[in-house]
Amino acid sequence: MKRTAPLLIASIAGFVMIVAYFIPRTQTWGEDVSVWFDILAAIAFILGGGNLLRVQLKKISDRRPGWAYAAITLIAFVVMLTCGLLKIGSHPNEQHPAFAWSGTYNQTGTPFWWMYEYLIVPLQSTIFAMLAFYVASAAFRAFRAKNVEAILLLGTAFVILLGRTAAGVFLTDFIPSDVLIEDPTFMQHLISTLRLENLTVFLMDIFNTAGNRAIMIGIALGTASVSLKILLGVDRSYLGSGED
Amino acid sequence: MKPENRWWVILFAIGAVLLIARWFVMPDGFGRAYVKAVPQAVDAENPDGRWVIYEQAPMADYLDAERTNADQSVYGPSVSRTLGTWIAALLTLFVLSFVIRDNPLYKVAESIFIGVSAAYWMVTGFWDTIVPNLLGKLAPGLLRDWAVPGLGDDQHPELAYLVPLILGIMLLWRLSPVGGWISRWPMAFIIGTFCGLRLMSFLHADFLTQIRNTIVSLYVVDNGSFDAWQSLKNLILVVGVLCCLVYFFFSLEHKGLVGNTARVGIWFLMITFGAAFGYTVMGRIALLAIRIEFLMDDWLWLIDPTNKRLLAEAAGFFLPLFGMG
Repeated sequence: MKRTAPLLIASIAGFVMIVAYFIPRTQTWGEDVSVWFDILAAIAFILGGGNLLRVQLKKISDRRPGWAYAAITLIAFVVMLTCGLLKIGSHPNEQHPAFAWSGTYNQTGTPFWWMYEYLIVPLQSTIFAMLAFYVASAAFRAFRAKNVEAILLLGTAFVILLGRTAAGVFLTDFIPSDVLIEDPTFMQHLISTLRLENLTVFLMDIFNTAGNRAIMIGIALGTASVSLKILLGVDRSYLGSGED
Repeated sequence: MKPENRWWVILFAIGAVLLIARWFVMPDGFGRAYVKAVPQAVDAENPDGRWVIYEQAPMADYLDAERTNADQSVYGPSVSRTLGTWIAALLTLFVLSFVIRDNPLYKVAESIFIGVSAAYWMVTGFWDTIVPNLLGKLAPGLLRDWAVPGLGDDQHPELAYLVPLILGIMLLWRLSPVGGWISRWPMAFIIGTFCGLRLMSFLHADFLTQIRNTIVSLYVVDNGSFDAWQSLKNLILVVGVLCCLVYFFFSLEHKGLVGNTARVGIWFLMITFGAAFGYTVMGRIALLAIRIEFLMDDWLWLIDPTNKRLLAEAAGFFLPLFGMG
């Protein structure tokens, strides 16, 4: 029961989604199951929050190294959660002013909005921005143009970086462009492509598209194969070790 | 004091001195935010509004309003937004300090980020999904009286939604120290549904669509004549996709013709990875530029790319000299 029931649930839910795609009469089944999936995904966020609370509280109670940071996390979590769930500072909906809870939780000016705007947005974007240093540093240390493949990778990155800047456009400005020529010849197209901004577009449209298409086809086949293995019960790794 | 701590103290002292110097250089200070009060007219009985919302306003508008009428109350400085700007600026610097090395300030910023992010997604999941999709289906009357008064009267309880409610409770059982297997059922539902959804969407959107888009003419005729340039581009595209797919095909040993084709495929993939690398670096640098612009523009007021302050300050300074303003 502990292992067979989950296998059946996974198979039925998955095949309902597949059948709903092909049979119009069962389309509403697929829509309902999709909404159920969204609900469970939202409840999974609550599970994640609960788990965060448990781990941080344990860290604080055990006075483990760095427990003060756990306390900061906890305070930030509780304050933001309270402001959001209770819609603190939120005005009612304009259409229904008599209903205090009818406003949105993320209205401009509310504490929840404030924390999103002045805590999440700057922190998130700065953390991602900082990766610029590490990507550049890792590239400097790891990239060596020692074979054709490495030269292609490095050369493309260089062209893309340069071609999207004003400096790149300026460097190859002397090469005639085919933009203003009516009905350009093959050679005019070829020469114009040597301009860095055009070379960037050419690499992106042709070579990059070709590589990405093959990767996407491979991912699609891989996803289909793994999905079928799970739905048919061949892959049961998601059930865990089976100790309980 | 440890030598590394001494360096941090020196760094912060320099920063503090620069901020104080900045304060005295600019008489209007810096890092302030201004708002415009907009009364919300809710109904005809109360046209002046029941509450006021505050919209971000440029400093120029505030100065203009002050020059026109010193007693005006529409525009004004905002304490909460000013505080927010300062906190956002300091947190930005805390995160950037990681470039030097890991330090307590970075850890503080990281801890805040973890806490607020987790809470943000919980709140979003609750109000955007659980309330309308679960409570709205199980108890529409309650929801109508409480948070969604606009919910249609024709909505009736749908008992089928007890299933996700029960599965959700079983999922939360994972937090309990006993009966961990109970959460397998909702997990199996999530995994099964996700597999079914992804199987079809990937086969349709990625597999079939990508193949269809790759079937292009290798002999392009434009306005009655052969378009050699477009034909060459299409040829490279088709050859590239086929060569990459041969590289991904591991059931045949990559030797001879297959090996050479796969090698060409690797070249295409390397160009793809190079392009992805270039774009990633550019994206990150753009983000960094935005953060630095925030520090220089919104916080320190050292630059003014949108002229939201300089023109106003200049007008405030020069117009009175000519008896205007």
